[in-house]
Amino acid sequence: MTTMEEKPVQTASRLRAESVTLGYPGNIVARSLTVSLPDDAFTAIVGPNACGKSTLLKALARVTGTQQGSVYLDGRAISSYGAKEVARRLGLLAQSATAPEGITVGDLVARGRYPHQTMLRQWSDADERAVNAALAQTGVTDLAARFVDELSGGQRQRVWLAMALAQETSILLLDEPTTFLDLGHQYEILDLCARLHAGGRTIAAVLHDLNQAARYATHVIALAADGTIAAEGPPEEVITAELVDGLFGLPCRIIPDPETGTPMVVPRSRNTVPAAHYS
Amino acid sequence: MTAVLTKRRNANRRAVTGWPVRLGPVALLLKPRTVLAGFVLLAGIAAVTVTALGTGEVDLTLDEIVAVLTGDGEPGPQFIIETLRLPRALTALTVGAALGASGALLQGMARNPLVSPDIIGFTSGSATGAIVSFILGADSLMQVGAGALAGGTAASLLVYLLAYRRGGTGPRLVLVGVGATAALTAFNSYLISKAPIHDAMAAQSWLVGGLNNRGWDHVTVMAAALAVLMPLVAVAAFRLRALELGDTTAQVLGARAEASRLLLLCTSVGLAAMATAIAGPVAFVAFAAPHLTRPLTGGRPGPFAAAGMGALLLAGCDVATQRLFSPVPLPVGILTAGLGGCYLAWMLATSRRSHR
Repeated sequence: MTTMEEKPVQTASRLRAESVTLGYPGNIVARSLTVSLPDDAFTAIVGPNACGKSTLLKALARVTGTQQGSVYLDGRAISSYGAKEVARRLGLLAQSATAPEGITVGDLVARGRYPHQTMLRQWSDADERAVNAALAQTGVTDLAARFVDELSGGQRQRVWLAMALAQETSILLLDEPTTFLDLGHQYEILDLCARLHAGGRTIAAVLHDLNQAARYATHVIALAADGTIAAEGPPEEVITAELVDGLFGLPCRIIPDPETGTPMVVPRSRNTVPAAHYS
Repeated sequence: MTAVLTKRRNANRRAVTGWPVRLGPVALLLKPRTVLAGFVLLAGIAAVTVTALGTGEVDLTLDEIVAVLTGDGEPGPQFIIETLRLPRALTALTVGAALGASGALLQGMARNPLVSPDIIGFTSGSATGAIVSFILGADSLMQVGAGALAGGTAASLLVYLLAYRRGGTGPRLVLVGVGATAALTAFNSYLISKAPIHDAMAAQSWLVGGLNNRGWDHVTVMAAALAVLMPLVAVAAFRLRALELGDTTAQVLGARAEASRLLLLCTSVGLAAMATAIAGPVAFVAFAAPHLTRPLTGGRPGPFAAAGMGALLLAGCDVATQRLFSPVPLPVGILTAGLGGCYLAWMLATSRRSHR
């Protein structure tokens, strides 16, 4: 793939941030943060609002720069890559992606091929294969001729995921992929992510629901409100009652998920109204 | 020329429809709808051009027009076409094409279908430039055009710089543009009210935009501008494929968002500036052309289709103003503004009901 001139500082993972400071002067969300996404893992990044989860993901994908420190991709500083070179290795499904009006599903998904194309060579057999595969994997092949504006939220999110898949990157970052979806569609997207992970992709997703994170992720990174890592590791070790209380101020019990055995957060009842009121 | 047209082998995979076309280093996916739109636009342009060349105070037959164009016409028709009608028709087509492409690029860049070069301060800036050059004693269309070009470009540049913060412009560009437009419009009214009466009248009539008395020198300037700018339009159109999806997604796809936006802006302003320098600020062509291509292409309007539509629109309106209001030499800007206003009202009324 690449001839690595400089020695990788650490061989552990393909994508990592080394003592990065994130945010803007006057609004620093994290200082000297060192994070690495384990290869071939499904990593969930969890934490309270405004702890810098999205900012971290954007910095890892070089959408935004870092104030200090560097992000390393495959052993090289990510800033040393060409823009399209990064885009051929890692993809990011942004949180607030909105389609331009009047665009069809097929057209939108085909734009995921941008980093593989040039001004002159705008279409190839590989492009066609990738787009068709992405549409099929996300189950939106039948929607290809429809306008994105006409779709439901769940369909739209699958279409955006298809666009990210058409990019054919081995690392895929997802910023709150389940937000604004109803429960059924949330699990649909997570199942899809799990299948992509099983198919050999390295996945990292910002998730709000700890139960979903515990069920689907193989590795959890919990960020504290001050932008430091509160805990990191397999979900069984990371998701504890102390951590949830510490990060979210929510007293809870952790019980095994009856379906999967993974940790499940059950908030303690804090009702001041007598229980009899609900009977 | 060995164009290899490969029809899709597998008919049941309907996901991406079109014909992959390879021509040397170029590989594109041609959609049937795009090809059809191209033919419709070319046919329309041909029809309008023939009407422009063949009708007027003296009507000419198709045979006479063809004879003149192929170089063996009678002296009478030869003079009418070569000196009077052809340069005007070609000016209309090239100015219209530049405006259409300019509008499509700006609307894509701003992700807003209501945007046109007015919105980034361009039109009001070029008006300032033109009024100032009238006051300074400009006496040829080319001098006024140069003033407009300078004013419009300076205003757009200023808007871009004012909107620039933290390495990007984003939605601030349109907001600053609206503010600058308001300020410049007020300044223009002030200039006109203070100017000597004949300068004010000349400026006012230039501000409508028209194609009267345009000759071969205008065609040459405009054709040269298109020859330089159209390759940039091709680059910008490709960048737009990523930039249209928003800055974050564009960045993820490997298109540097701010650099792409600057390229799009410069190309768009360059096209509008040249068009305005030649024909004055012809209203609504840049705004309406991308919209009118939509029913033809059935999707996002690309700058080349919009250029074709702009050419058709301006040339068609120019023929219509010449013939409908003859013998009064009405400037074409009045008809485009009138039609455009009705179209905008209709579009806003219908877009409330349907989502597209």
